[in-house]
Amino acid sequence: MSSPPFLALLISMNPAISFEQVSRHFGTVKAVDEASFQVSDGAFFTMLGPSGSGKTTCLRMIAGFDLPTSGTIRVSGQEVTNLPPYGRDVNTVFQDYALFPHMTVAQNVEYGLMIRKVPKTERQKRVQEMLDLVHLPDVGSRKPNQLSGGQRQRIALARALINRPKILLLDEPLGALDLKLRQQMQIELKAIQQEVGITFVFVTHDQEEAMALSDQIAVFNQGKIEQIGSPHDLYEHPQTAFVANFVGTSNLISDDIAHKLTGERSTFSVRPEKMHILHEQTPIPANHYRLQGVVEDVVYLGIFTRFAVRTSEGLRLQVIDQNREAQDERRGDVVQIIWAKEALNKLAD
Amino acid sequence: MKNKNLGLAITMWAVVTFLHIPFFVVMLYAFTTDSSTFTFPPPGLTFKWFGVAWSRADMWAALSLSTRVAAISTLVALVLGTLAAAAVYQSHFFGREAVSFLLVLPIALPGIVTGIALRAAMGEAGMTFNFWTIVIGHATFCVVVVYNNVLARFRRSNPSLVEASMDLGADGWQTFRYVVFPNISSALVAGGMLAFALSFDEVIVTTFTAGQQATLPIWIFSQLTKPRDRPVTNVVAFFVVIVTTLPILWALFQNRKFEEQTQND
Amino acid sequence: MIRRFSTYLYNHPGVLLALLLGPPLGWMLVIYLGSLAALLFQSFYYLDGFTGQVVREFSFLTYRDLFSAAHMTIVLKTVVMALSVTIGSVLIAFPLAYYSVRYAGKRLKVLLYFAVLLPLWSSYIIRVYAWKLMLAKEGIVSWFFAQLGLSGVLEWLLSMPIVGGASLSVSNFGLFLVFTYIWLPYMILPIQASLERIPHSLLDASGDLGARPLQTFRRIVLPLALPGVVAGSIFTFSLTLGDYIIPSIIGDSTPFIGMAVYSYQGTAGNLPLAAAFTVLPMVMMVFYLLGARKAGAFDAL
Repeated sequence: MSSPPFLALLISMNPAISFEQVSRHFGTVKAVDEASFQVSDGAFFTMLGPSGSGKTTCLRMIAGFDLPTSGTIRVSGQEVTNLPPYGRDVNTVFQDYALFPHMTVAQNVEYGLMIRKVPKTERQKRVQEMLDLVHLPDVGSRKPNQLSGGQRQRIALARALINRPKILLLDEPLGALDLKLRQQMQIELKAIQQEVGITFVFVTHDQEEAMALSDQIAVFNQGKIEQIGSPHDLYEHPQTAFVANFVGTSNLISDDIAHKLTGERSTFSVRPEKMHILHEQTPIPANHYRLQGVVEDVVYLGIFTRFAVRTSEGLRLQVIDQNREAQDERRGDVVQIIWAKEALNKLAD
Repeated sequence: MKNKNLGLAITMWAVVTFLHIPFFVVMLYAFTTDSSTFTFPPPGLTFKWFGVAWSRADMWAALSLSTRVAAISTLVALVLGTLAAAAVYQSHFFGREAVSFLLVLPIALPGIVTGIALRAAMGEAGMTFNFWTIVIGHATFCVVVVYNNVLARFRRSNPSLVEASMDLGADGWQTFRYVVFPNISSALVAGGMLAFALSFDEVIVTTFTAGQQATLPIWIFSQLTKPRDRPVTNVVAFFVVIVTTLPILWALFQNRKFEEQTQND
Repeated sequence: MIRRFSTYLYNHPGVLLALLLGPPLGWMLVIYLGSLAALLFQSFYYLDGFTGQVVREFSFLTYRDLFSAAHMTIVLKTVVMALSVTIGSVLIAFPLAYYSVRYAGKRLKVLLYFAVLLPLWSSYIIRVYAWKLMLAKEGIVSWFFAQLGLSGVLEWLLSMPIVGGASLSVSNFGLFLVFTYIWLPYMILPIQASLERIPHSLLDASGDLGARPLQTFRRIVLPLALPGVVAGSIFTFSLTLGDYIIPSIIGDSTPFIGMAVYSYQGTAGNLPLAAAFTVLPMVMMVFYLLGARKAGAFDAL
């Protein structure tokens, strides 16, 4: 697109969210340790990490449920670091939905507008719009405990979106749903985000979900951000060993073997599906690296077969091979493992 | 196995009967024509003692005093108990357990200790024993009832509700008004009713903190030494059973209902 | 204005805590603990035998009086009664609690819940009075025994020394019965609560490992229910120690601690001695509570 450069500059000056050296300590535990990042306007941004990695604390600090120990948080350029939740133009979909049990569904959705003293007629109109948006037009008079899990999820979404926040925070919102419903909700969530055009900040520990939904993913580990990038970036060019193995799995190659192959003593990662197994005597194509080893384990999984191979240097590699005709490697066979040179990804540390 | 359960079941029903027979006996005796002994079965049944009891001014005075004392004590207990429950629930401060311990002390220590301690202190402080000294005593041991009820409710409620409300734009006061209060209101009513029942019924502490006034339980206690008044005592006992049972059942039912609701979630 | 205050409190959780905790804690510390302290002080004053006035000077005279043989008999009698009542309550409470947790269906469970809690909250003095009616010579209990043709058993019981008496309502056994009846719900509830917490799988596992039902009960259920029993005993023991209404309505009217306290502070005007008398159960209960806390009984409350 050919937007004028000064406009691009303006947009980049005011990202939807910016974290500057934000830390949150609980006693001696550094839940979040000097996190800095920016989320661009209208993005689907995911914070991915194992439990206890600091992703939820970050989300809570954006919402205002937790206040940072140090650092600055801005929303659309305006500092919100120490504002209470009701002082921020941000709304949240909670992991357990947190629907008010004593109110009807319509009263739940209406809540934010009622607090803002929006006139009754407009409130009703907007409630109906929201219920339509989440495909539940007729449940307004029910109580939350009369809804299924998936329905509660959608009402929680409607309740947050009705306030037209600048940012919507979603704290593992699909965690409680079964697999099928989860996949369906992923598609709907993405569609709703595109329809309303709000910045979504999504927290999950499920890397597949993160890949399916996000424009940008921040990978958290032990209170620090390991890497931020598009799903493609993270998968193809992980910068740390943690990312290489948290987003998909990787074989790590370092020290002597790395030196032997590349002449560098760095750590490299290779995706198992980019490696191939060849018979001992087969000639290798050009521009490929090669290691020799013994098959230790073969797991046939239909679409592909997973091999564990011990190289002659003693490194255990995982190889995933598309199933092909005449695949006859067995435990104990001596084989060659090859991969294209560009499949070798150098890690930063 | 089956046999053993039968034995246990019979024991269980025997205990339940044991717990409830006195209520029926007391209610039956309100109608007995026997005015001087406790003959069972009653020689005959009559309604005449109801009229006699109705015209007793001292009984009405005691009833009115008990009601007023219980109402004010309950009010104080509601405020103090709810504040304490909110504090203990929402903050993680050092000594939370000590607070629970302190609140339960007035009912865990023998009633006579609480009674005489208050009397000693009030005497030291030069207070005259009147309506308010009774209220102070009652409120002190009623706080824990409200506290337990409200704290239990807080603990069963979803902690993200408060965050959700603030997230949607409500400040602390609005969150209390629209979300917290409606969620704990039935616990407050239940706790309040139980506190009322506790206060309405209390004798031991009251005898030490009351001056010349007689609350209803004290009046009944003093009646027991007057054999001629027995039929009147019986009628009052009948009414106390009837009037207290319904609110207590209601309060218990409220707690039960909420427990089941949260279990279904 | 309210919003600004809300925000202030949000950013200063310590102030919020102080506002919440201040009134209840202040009340309990000043009024209740203050009173207990005053009580302790009083017990070190003494009554001048000639003038009949309380002398406000520190002394152990009152305690010397307290530890006289006559007073110790009262204490001993009360403690023995409190212990008997506690044991009696456990024996009666356990089957009911166990049945309602292990065998009762959903509806029966609800019924039992009401059946236990209703008497707990109902009028204490009326329930005591009901027993006065029931235990009288011409009352329902005697009548019931007569109907069953068991009057002899009742007479034999009443003829026994210490526990017996002219009728049930003036006997120590009657007193024990009423105490147990009145405090029974306080024992049932914590036992029930601790039994609820034993997962069924634990009992199945014990059976699976070869334990007979009785062994399972002794080795698994009882130890795990113990905190509940201890929690219940706090109430049955303490409430019996400090009661003076029941022994003045039922029983042979030999004094209990409560009655002694009442009469010393009232007619005798010897508040120091009354105070000293209550310090005993107070000290007993503090040790009991500390012990109970160790046994994990507070979780079962």
